[in-house]
Amino acid sequence: MARLLSLTLNGRARTDAVSDNVLLLDYLREIVGLTGTKTGCDGGECGACTVLVDDRPLLSCLTLAARAEGRRVDTIESLAVDGRLSAVQRGFHEKLGSQCGYCTPGFIMASAGLLRRNPRPSEDEIREALGSNICRCTGYVKIIEAVQHAAKLCADGLSP
Amino acid sequence: MDALPPFDVVRPRSLDEVIVARAAHGESRLLGGGTDLVVNIRRGIVAPPVLIDINGVPELRTIKADASAIEIGAAVTLAEVAAHPGVARHYLVVAEAAGHIAGPTHRNMGTVGGNLCLDTRCIYYNQSEWWRAANRHCLKTTGTVCHVAPKSRSVCFATFSGDLAPALLVFDAEIDIAGPAGRRTLPLADLYIGYARQDEPVTQTRGDGKYFLALRPGEFVTAVRAKNTPGLRSAYDKIRIRRSIEYPVTGVAVALRRDGDTLADLRVAFTGTNPRPVRLSGTAALCGGPLDARVLAGLDALVRDQIMAMKTTFTPGHYRRRVAGVLARRLVQRLFEVAY
Ligand SMILES: Cc1cc2nc3c(=O)[nH]c(=O)nc-3n(C[C@H](O)[C@H](O)[C@H](O)COP(=O)(O)OP(=O)(O)OC[C@H]3O[C@@H](n4cnc5c(N)ncnc54)[C@H](O)[C@@H]3O)c2cc1C
Ligand code: SF4
Ligand code: FES
Ligand code: FES
Repeated sequence: MARLLSLTLNGRARTDAVSDNVLLLDYLREIVGLTGTKTGCDGGECGACTVLVDDRPLLSCLTLAARAEGRRVDTIESLAVDGRLSAVQRGFHEKLGSQCGYCTPGFIMASAGLLRRNPRPSEDEIREALGSNICRCTGYVKIIEAVQHAAKLCADGLSP
Repeated sequence: MDALPPFDVVRPRSLDEVIVARAAHGESRLLGGGTDLVVNIRRGIVAPPVLIDINGVPELRTIKADASAIEIGAAVTLAEVAAHPGVARHYLVVAEAAGHIAGPTHRNMGTVGGNLCLDTRCIYYNQSEWWRAANRHCLKTTGTVCHVAPKSRSVCFATFSGDLAPALLVFDAEIDIAGPAGRRTLPLADLYIGYARQDEPVTQTRGDGKYFLALRPGEFVTAVRAKNTPGLRSAYDKIRIRRSIEYPVTGVAVALRRDGDTLADLRVAFTGTNPRPVRLSGTAALCGGPLDARVLAGLDALVRDQIMAMKTTFTPGHYRRRVAGVLARRLVQRLFEVAY
């Protein structure tokens, strides 16, 4: 059955007709056309599809779009404002937290979720918060440094 | 093409509406976080025509935990359990088990009801439709043999691997169930009927890896609760292939009470080994004296007798059984020694 889905996506209210069996991931990529969120494993094992729903990281590949009804969904496309990168995006860029880039939107959204609830995380807290995300390239060290750098940029007033 | 086959989603707003929806749709499944169910739908393992999303039901979203008792609604998330101060303070083993399931993002989604009713797992089962078809399926779906034990004569050995069940079993938890015939309460241990004995036929009360829950048609879990036992120290430990995003090779919950130098009470439960979470029986006989080599050898013997070693996961069964013994022994020793 298809029904109307109303949500706030990247700060803007919108309504679309969406079938019950559509995943949030496919709604974002195929219906809205926001392809920043990646499809990786398709089964909850990689974190490439991570988005924020009411500021909490969720795996959009296992979440039905219908569950976003009335909620605030933020994807990687929401972070940069007028072409200016957010703190986490700058962190990943300046500390080389991204190589092939496939995992990056997921890592950045999980990191943004962390910094929104805990602006000054310890290294252990960063490792813990990124525990649902996998990267084949960086070896993770640069990713942790990127989030630490982002936390500093947040302290200087940038938004995560 | 759609990633998932067609189905309808019903979104009840009260417990009564869930009961009505469940009665109206015989083939429906409850949807918690979907971290198990959606994966299985995508792999063509199950194809329910209707999903009943219980996340918007306030009665199923409450959590209470204090010095005397704990009660958690079926739709409470694992992250909420792990972060609840009363759970961490009085039921540490439950908080630790919840806090080490899958990864942090999964725990924002996964629910207590979904974890307790998690489907059993097997290397021949948790595969794509294409993979399973190439292997002519197996007993747990549409096939006629079990690839783990081809001579098993209609018994499936798929493994239960939810982490919360053992943590709750050491408190003798009870489970609240609702269904078309009303409400009932069962000891949590009796929810799990996956005995999977090669020498016994599968019945309604003694099942296997396929028939592993005592729920009747239309029934579902509304809450789990337990009373505290004063003086119990508890903890959870598990081994995984990697420390995140991974099911347990073996998980163990231990609760014990120490009186001076005497081991006064000992409760041990496992997951990831048998088609049901196993509360080790026979531990009372190990109590009443100091925690010495005799007790540890006795514990090992109980593990060897009651923990299954079937090759349903990538790690060999006998390795899992040894890990179970080692984890239990270490945890018992640690809990006995810690100053509380
Ligand atoms: C990569 C990965 C790693 C994982 N690692 C672990 C792990 O380490 N430990 C672990 O325990 N789990 C693990 N899981 C499984 C899962 O994430 C958790 O067990 C989670 O708690 C399942 O809950 P859910 O709400 O998402 O379940 P769902 O997928 O919503 O439901 C699971 C099953 O339970 C049924 N169900 C749901 N609620 C009820 C109810 N109230 N009454 C009756 N039946 C119900 C559903 O119909 C379905 O059959 C992992 C999953 C993934 C994808
Ligand atoms: S234990 Fe046997 S029947 Fe059960 S899922 Fe595995 S292969 Fe299939
Ligand atoms: S695509 Fe969602 S976790 Fe891999
Ligand atoms: S940068 Fe390539 S997978 Fe992470």
